[in-house]
This record gives sequence, structure tokens and C-alpha cells, in this order.
Amino acid sequence: MDIGTFAIQLLNAVQYGLVLFLVASGLTLVFGILGVINLAHGVFYMLGAYLAWWLTVATGNFAVGILGAFAISFLVGMALESVFIRRLYGRDHLSQVLLSFGLILVVDELRQMLFGRDVQSVPLPEWLSGSLPLTDVLNYPVYRIVVSLFCLAIAVAIFLVIRRTRIGMVVRAGAENREMTRALGIPFDSVNRYVFAIGIALAALAGAVIAPISTVFPGMGDGMLILSFVVVVLGGIGSVPGAAIGALLIGLIDTFGKVFMPELAGILVYVLMAAVLIVRPTGILGKREV
Amino acid sequence: MTNIKSTAQTLAMTRRNFLGATAAGAAGLALGFPKPAIAQGAALKVGLMLPFSGTYARLGQFIENGFNLYVEQKSGMLGGRKVEFIRLDDESKPETATDNMNRLVSRDKADVVIGTVHSGVAMAMVKVARDSGVPLIIPNAGADEATGPLCAPNIFRTSFSNWQPAHPMGKVVYDEGHRNVLTITWRYTAGQQMVGAFTEGFEAAGGKVVEALTLPFPEVEFQALITQIATLKPDAVFAFFAGGGAVKFVTDYAAAGLKGKIPLYGTGFLTDGTLKAQGDAATGIRTTLHYADDLDNPANKAFLSAFQAKTGEAGDIYAVQGFDAAALLEAGLVATGDDASAREALFAAMAGAKIDSPRGPLTFSPAHNPIQNIYLREVRDGRNAFVSVAGEAVRDPARGCRMA
Repeated sequence: MDIGTFAIQLLNAVQYGLVLFLVASGLTLVFGILGVINLAHGVFYMLGAYLAWWLTVATGNFAVGILGAFAISFLVGMALESVFIRRLYGRDHLSQVLLSFGLILVVDELRQMLFGRDVQSVPLPEWLSGSLPLTDVLNYPVYRIVVSLFCLAIAVAIFLVIRRTRIGMVVRAGAENREMTRALGIPFDSVNRYVFAIGIALAALAGAVIAPISTVFPGMGDGMLILSFVVVVLGGIGSVPGAAIGALLIGLIDTFGKVFMPELAGILVYVLMAAVLIVRPTGILGKREV
Repeated sequence: MTNIKSTAQTLAMTRRNFLGATAAGAAGLALGFPKPAIAQGAALKVGLMLPFSGTYARLGQFIENGFNLYVEQKSGMLGGRKVEFIRLDDESKPETATDNMNRLVSRDKADVVIGTVHSGVAMAMVKVARDSGVPLIIPNAGADEATGPLCAPNIFRTSFSNWQPAHPMGKVVYDEGHRNVLTITWRYTAGQQMVGAFTEGFEAAGGKVVEALTLPFPEVEFQALITQIATLKPDAVFAFFAGGGAVKFVTDYAAAGLKGKIPLYGTGFLTDGTLKAQGDAATGIRTTLHYADDLDNPANKAFLSAFQAKTGEAGDIYAVQGFDAAALLEAGLVATGDDASAREALFAAMAGAKIDSPRGPLTFSPAHNPIQNIYLREVRDGRNAFVSVAGEAVRDPARGCRMA
């Protein structure tokens, strides 16, 4: 492999890693801060893609599609938290898995009723649909680069909110010690609602942003859900920078695995996860005790 | 959830058939038929084991609609016997397939089973069918084994074997001047069998497959492999993908600038049922399949307009396969005087059936796989337009089948 091809594959790897980060970030927030295993994360990824498709086609405006998908799923997340999810805090993982699995079935059925079961594609506006020539035969779609930058921006934004704002401080305190935070009179419970809603909305946002390059189809979230869990566990549960590192590692190993060891491409990601967990049982940036 | 749904729909279906049958019966009495055409025996129980949810839900729906269309055209009857449907959603899950099939055969006492789309599920159904002897008609799944090593007198197929649409493409690609070709597919049965058959046909014609790229099923992250294609610069690419994966591969291929520089070929699944989502990225792709949307024969025209009238949607190959499954069953039942229990005679009549299918003339090999034309199509104006006949009366080699 010459240096040019290597550079292009590296670009592919980083781009894939950033996308994985965007999907997994919401999961790590909900999992790490609320302690809730949300199996329905993947199905909201799919819902975001379908919403983006529907709104873009209906309004002819891609930005409306993206923002609409984000806003609608944020509201859905708020409603779900106040009706269902809040009953799960502190419950055992089995109840959480059952409830979120139920959500998968319901959301999937709703998708079927509202949007049908066809494969759809989201049209890009003119200025985003071009591509840059890399070699004599290979082009790189501009939109893939835009998505990468967007994912980076979201990563920075999440990091800043958690580290530098008052809400972030409450969230961190609550994740550290729920009872103590409540005892000190900090309005932790209402913050929970926002954390869950943002988690769901991030999944939907990822689906919406990726929709033009991934196409929109039923079941598109299933594979993403599993990879997101790998990213979260690899990076350390609840750690946003950890998720970023985990996602980039997976992007690298998946891309170069497909090129150099195609026979093993399907399992390399999990081998990586097993290897990391043997050395660091709580993940790369995970807290010591779990 | 799914069970409740299918039960409700079964009830609806039975009621509709009941109403239809009653109406027909009344008409028969009024006209004074010499023989009570309706009153004989119980209804024919047809088990429809198809994916009604999940990735292949749309295909399951079209197969069912195609089957129903044929039955409706025969006033709700097959071989003069009214039909009762038992619907079962197989969810394209091989792990529950054996139980589901056993349920249809043992508990629901289906006289005949139609199914399914997913090859893994179909293989489980084939095994139960071999043990129980229940007639099975496969309306889609292409696994070579079903009419190969696992062929049986009671197992028929109205779709294709994976070998069938892929093999003739080898010669087509060679004749269009390509010598060094790269193949790409998912690493699972259908993909590997189709790429294998293409390679067999292409190398027999004199070409060379320079690289065989694969990725795990059903992954859709193609970027790394597309970069490899651009680096290797083959004369052409042969691909097998289906559904969402096909849409993504074709659009990624075009977005990477390879469209128009390295021609893309495939079996029809690359562009069937996916053209709306693929848009302009698919234009010009040539594929081989046992059907083309615009086949110019009377059976196809009649079928397409009837299907449109019934469902409001454009018929496709899946609907045709369902339609023909009903036609094949009818051919068997007519010959045995609507007695589905006279199985030997039924199977002999089905094996000898000559069906005027929308896809063209359709007969069956001793292994019970279709003998049919394979068409070369090209994507034009959002349709898979007929180009030429790539192979006439193509017959699967049925390797390993003792009946062949």
C-alpha cells in the first residue's frame, strides 16, 4: 500500500470513527450519568434518519430535516423520561433492558405505520453534494468531510457543557453520588430529564446527519447499537472523551482490518474490546471502581 | 405483538374468503351447477411463512400480494378448492425457523407451506419439509442447496437458485470487453454462491477475477473497500448486495466518483426494489435476473396492471414469484382433482407444470428448480429496462441432488 492510499484509508478510518462517536455519545451519557442501559438507542438513531428524510422531502430543506429530527426526538425523550424512564433509576438492569426492549418494538412499529418499510435516501442540497478529486479515479464526497467536522464540533460542545457549565456540574455531581446530591438540595431530578432527552436527541441527530450517506432503512440502528455499546465499554462508561478515543480506535481497526485481514474483519473490533478490557476492566478512561 | 397481528389478519383473511366463497356458492346454486363446486371437503390450508416485519418485510408483503392476486383471479380457490391462509411472520430469523415451520405443519395442519425470503430460514423449512413430507414452495430464497444436496420430491422453488442469475453474467461481462474483474459481496451464503457462479461463468469465458473483496453481513460501511477498488483499478466490478446495503453501495460507488470510470455489474438484486432510493447513482448499471420490469409479453402486462389495480403499487419480481407459487400449486391441484393428499400425483403434476409466467416461459428441472430465461437489464429512467436475453432456459446444475 503506497503512502497516498494509506492516507486515504486513514481519512476513511477517522471519518468512520467520528460518526461512531456521534452515535455513541448519547448512549454513554445516559448509561454513565443515569445508570440506565438504553437498548432503544439504536432505534432512535433510525427514527432520526426517517424524520430527517421525511422533513427534508416535505419541506425541501435539509437543515429543517436535521433540526426537526433533533427537536422532535428531544421532546419525545422528555416525555419518555417523565412517564417511563424515571421509574428505572436504581432498578436492576433487567427492568431497564425489558423496558428499553419494549421501546424498540413500539418505535419500530410506529416507524412502520408512519414511514413504511421502504429504503429511502435523503437528498443533499447542491452545495453539499459535490466531491473532491483525490486520485485519477477516486473522489471524496464533500458531505463526508462536513459530517466529520460536525461530529468534532458536537464532541467539543458536549465536553464544554459537562466541564464548564453549572448544569454540567450538577450532572457530574449526580453521576458521582446521587443521594448526596439530592440531600444537598441540588435539583438533580429535573436535570435527569434533560440528560435523557439529550441522549435520545443525540442518537436521532446522528441518524439524521448520517442519513444522506448511509441511506435510510428499517433495522439500520441494530448494527449501530451494538457498535455504540462497544465504543462505550471500550472508552469507559460515562466518559465522553473515552467514547471519542474508543470510536476512533474502532474506526481505525475496522477500516484497516477490512483492507489487510478481510477474513477477520467481522471480529477484530471485538478482539480489540476484549484485549482492552483484560488490561483495563473499566475501559480506557473508565473510573477505577464500578 | 406479531402473533396478535397475524391472528387478526388471518381472521380478516378467512372472513374475506368466506364471504367470497359464500357468494360464489350462491351464484353456483342460482346457476344450477351439476356438481356442488364449493361444498366439498374442508378448505385448503395454505401456510404463508414470510417475513412480515424486519428488513425483508416489504419482500414478504409483495410475495403475499402476488400469491393472493392469483387466488383472487381464481375466485378465491386453487384447483377448485377454497383457500384458507395461515400467516406466520418468520421475521427472517433462522433461530426460530424450525419451531415456526413445525407449528405450521403439526399444530395448524397446513396442507402446503409457502416460504420464504431469507435463505437461512428457508434451509430450516427445507429440513422440516423433508422430515414431514409437507409440500413446500419456496417463493424467493436462492440457497443452491434447496434444489441441490437437499432436494426432495415435495420441495419446489418458483424463484431462482443463487447460481442461476449470476452465471450468465460472466459471459456478458466478458463479451462487453472486460478481462480483469473485481468482485465484492457480503460474506454469507447468497453472496458467496452468486460471486462463485459469476466467477465460474466469467473464467470459463476467458476472463480473470483479480480480487474478491468481502465484508461481514450485513455491514454497510463500504468506504475502505471502495478506496481499494479505486487503487486496484479493475476493468469492471461485479457486486452482490440487496436491500439497504445495495442502496448504500451503489450511492457510495457513485459518490466516490467510480461510476462511469469502472463499470458496475451485478445480479438484479443490486437494483431491484431499490431504484427510488438509489436515484441517479444507479443509472446505467447492468444486472442479470429472471425478470425485467418492462418484459414485453402478454402475461407480464396483464400481471402488472392487475397488481397495480389490487395494491396500488408497481409489481416486481417478488410479487411475480408469489404469483407463480400459486400458479404452480394450482397446476398440481388441478391435475389431482383438488386432492392435496394424493401427494405423489400432486408432485408429478407440479414438476411437469408449464407456466406462462410474467417472467416468460417457466418449467421445472428434475431438482424442482425453475428453468427460465435470465435477462440482461440496464437501469434507465428509474426502471430495470430489458436489454437482451443473457441466457435462454437457464438450468441450475443442481449439484449434489439425487433426483437430477
